This record gives sequence, C-alpha cells and structure tokens, in this order.
Amino acid sequence: MKIAICAQGEGLNAKTDRRFGRSPYFVLVDPDHETVLESIRNENADAPGGAGPQSAQLLSEHDVGAVITGNVGPKAKQALQAAGIVIYTGVQDTVGDTIKEFMKGVLKPLSGATVPGHSGIQKGQWR
Amino acid sequence: MRLAVASGKGGTGKTTVAVNLALALRQKNLTLLDCDVEEPNAHLFLKPVFYFTKEVGIPVPRIDFARCTFCGRCSEVCAFNALAVLKDQVLVFEELCHGCGSCAYFCPERAISEHERPIGILERGNAGNIKFGHGRLNPGEAMSPPLINEVKKMCRPGLITIIDAPPGTSCPVVSAVSDCDYCILVTEPTSFGLHDLDLVSRMVKKMGVQAGVVINRSDLGDDRVEDYCRDKGLPVLQKIPFDRELAEYQARGEPIVKHRPSWHDYFEKMFYRIAEKCEGVSR
Ligand code: SF4
Ligand code: SF4
Repeated sequence: MKIAICAQGEGLNAKTDRRFGRSPYFVLVDPDHETVLESIRNENADAPGGAGPQSAQLLSEHDVGAVITGNVGPKAKQALQAAGIVIYTGVQDTVGDTIKEFMKGVLKPLSGATVPGHSGIQKGQWR
Repeated sequence: MRLAVASGKGGTGKTTVAVNLALALRQKNLTLLDCDVEEPNAHLFLKPVFYFTKEVGIPVPRIDFARCTFCGRCSEVCAFNALAVLKDQVLVFEELCHGCGSCAYFCPERAISEHERPIGILERGNAGNIKFGHGRLNPGEAMSPPLINEVKKMCRPGLITIIDAPPGTSCPVVSAVSDCDYCILVTEPTSFGLHDLDLVSRMVKKMGVQAGVVINRSDLGDDRVEDYCRDKGLPVLQKIPFDRELAEYQARGEPIVKHRPSWHDYFEKMFYRIAEKCEGVSR
C-alpha cells in the first residue's frame, strides 16, 4: 500500500506539515520497505477554497491507500473517505520519523474531522 | 441614474443616507434597492408593502453516473474547486460552486445537468411612491453576488435608482457598485473610518465609478478624513453631526427627514450636486 505523508519538502528527511489540503508536498512512501516512492508538489496548497477535496483527488489519482497528516477539515475528510483513503493523524517531526511511528502500529485511523471547515483566504463560512 | 451608497465597514450610517436620500427625492419616481443581502435593513425605515417574492438560486451541477467516465475534465475546468473526481465517483461541493456552467459545457460525455440551489429570497414592494427591492441571503450562505445581481434587475433605465451596497470591500460590494454612475462613500472621522474609506475609495476608483464622501458623526473625531478627501480630490458631499435625538429616531426605525425638514433640503441639494457630476453619463 502507498502512504502519503503531508510534508513541507521532498524526501524522507523533509519536515512534516500538520495541514492536509494546504500541505505543500505529499511524500509517497512504501512503508514495508521504508522507502520513498515519490514526492509530489501540491498545487492546491494556495487555492482560495476547496484545497482539501482537490488534494484528496490528487492522492486518489496516485493510488494512495492512506494519508498521515495533522488535521483534516470536513470537506477533505469527506473526499478522502469517498476515495477510500484511510486518514491517520499524528505526523511526527520528519517524514522518516512518521513512517517509523506508523510501523509501530501506534497511529490510529480517524473517524471525525479534526478541524472545523475553513474557507481559504476569503472571509466567510462554507459549511 | 444609478447611485450607490457604500462604506468600508458596517455601522457608519450607510443605510441612513440611502433611506433619507430616497425620501428627500420621493417625488422623482425612484427605486431604492437594498443590496446588503446579508443584513438588509432599509425596509425597517421605509416599511414597504411587498407585492412580489421569489426564491433565488444558482445552477449547480448534478452528475449522471450512467454516463460519467471519471475523466476529470469537469474538475480541471472548475475555477472554484467545487468538484473532486475520484476513481468511481464525482463529489460536488455545492457551497463552493459559483454556478458558472463551465463543467456542464466541457463534460465530453454530457453527463452533467444542472439544478437550482437556493441561496436567498428576493422581495419587491412599494413604499409610498418609492419602488423598493431587496434580497435576503439564507443564513450561513456565502454566495451573495447572484442574489445582488437579481435585486439589481429592478434598475430602470432613465430613472433614479439608489443602491444600498453591502459594507466592506469584497465581491458583494463590487457586484452592488458595478454599473453605477456614482458612489457615495459614508464614513466617520476616526482612524478606523479613514482606513476603511481609503480601501473602499480605491476600490471604487479602480472600478471607474465617480465618488464623493459623506462624513457621519462629523463632530466626533478629527480632521484626517477631510484632509484625506482634499488630498485625493474626493468631494465631501455632506457632514452629518451627531445628534442624540436623531439617533433615537433612528433606533425606532424612523427616518430623520421626517423629523427634520432641513435634512430634506440637505439631501436634495446633495443629489443635485451629484447629478451635475454625472451629467452626460446618466443611463
Ligand atoms: S467531465 Fe463529465 S465524464 Fe468527465 S468526470 Fe466530469 S462528469 Fe464525468
Ligand atoms: S458550475 Fe462552475 S463553479 Fe460550479 S462546479 Fe461547475 S465549473 Fe465549478
């Protein structure tokens, strides 16, 4: 299974990012071999709105089975679940540390949104 | 002639100016449109009798999964990220959709039809000889421009329309002020007032709409707003000093021109000053 980790840069040593839709990179790893398959830039990170669902679409296009992040909003969560992507919260400091933690089996899959919905740059509520 | 009344922030007395100007000119067969659809309140002063109500919606996509091939084209063309195409489904985030119709137009499989998502209510009425219209946006709704545009359809060419714009400087204000011949900017002589006046006057200038300033509670602040207006060549159309008695009428929903005939003249004069500036551009 391919796992995506929200990160601020590329590769195993990259710092993680606690946001999902606005995470600048997704590092795709093969956890069984603790290897990086690919680091993808998230073009949606600066979108004025709808960054979460678009990022979910991006991961779906890359056949990702699970994502490890810090927080997800309600729309991102809905899209990730619809795409069958399992959500884990609890990123560690770096991508490498996060994989180790994941392999210990201590990260729990998520059932509710961890942050309320935002509306990106614009002020207002989109619920 | 279309005349907008705007302000960089709420609570400056924008509606007071719009309503009292309309009342001062009520012999002129004019229309007042309250485009502050998030918090319409001009009707509280004018007390119109409504004769027409309609629900306003925007067309949002519905996907026919018997036709959809999950090609992703719709999501690609949507400028508002309202569509997510996954392996075996397409998610529509209706609250992000602006109803532009691009997705349906570009879908190669003709798998997208549209249905209306209600965003608010439009009401039309009469307040004496003033024609009145306003919109009420549904609570929590963010997509106000389509409702504002619907309210503005009551503008009648050749006749005076006064538009009470929403406060601030975002999209809804642009919708309300666009196509207007003149914009009255209502502010207060404080540093907040000055800051917001600067934002809104620059926005209006960018839109190519002439503007002038009304300073409300003009005696409760300093001269910086007036200095600013002089600097920028913005005419000060009117200064309204604070008046406890008037504030009380206001609080009871009574327009001030009813109690102070002198204000009737002030507003009328202000209108003629504006009309002079608009000459030749009236529509
Ligand atoms: S463009 Fe049409 S066919 Fe392609 S994913 Fe969207 S709805 Fe489906
Ligand atoms: S109508 Fe326009 S805004 Fe709405 S989903 Fe389609 S492309 Fe996006």
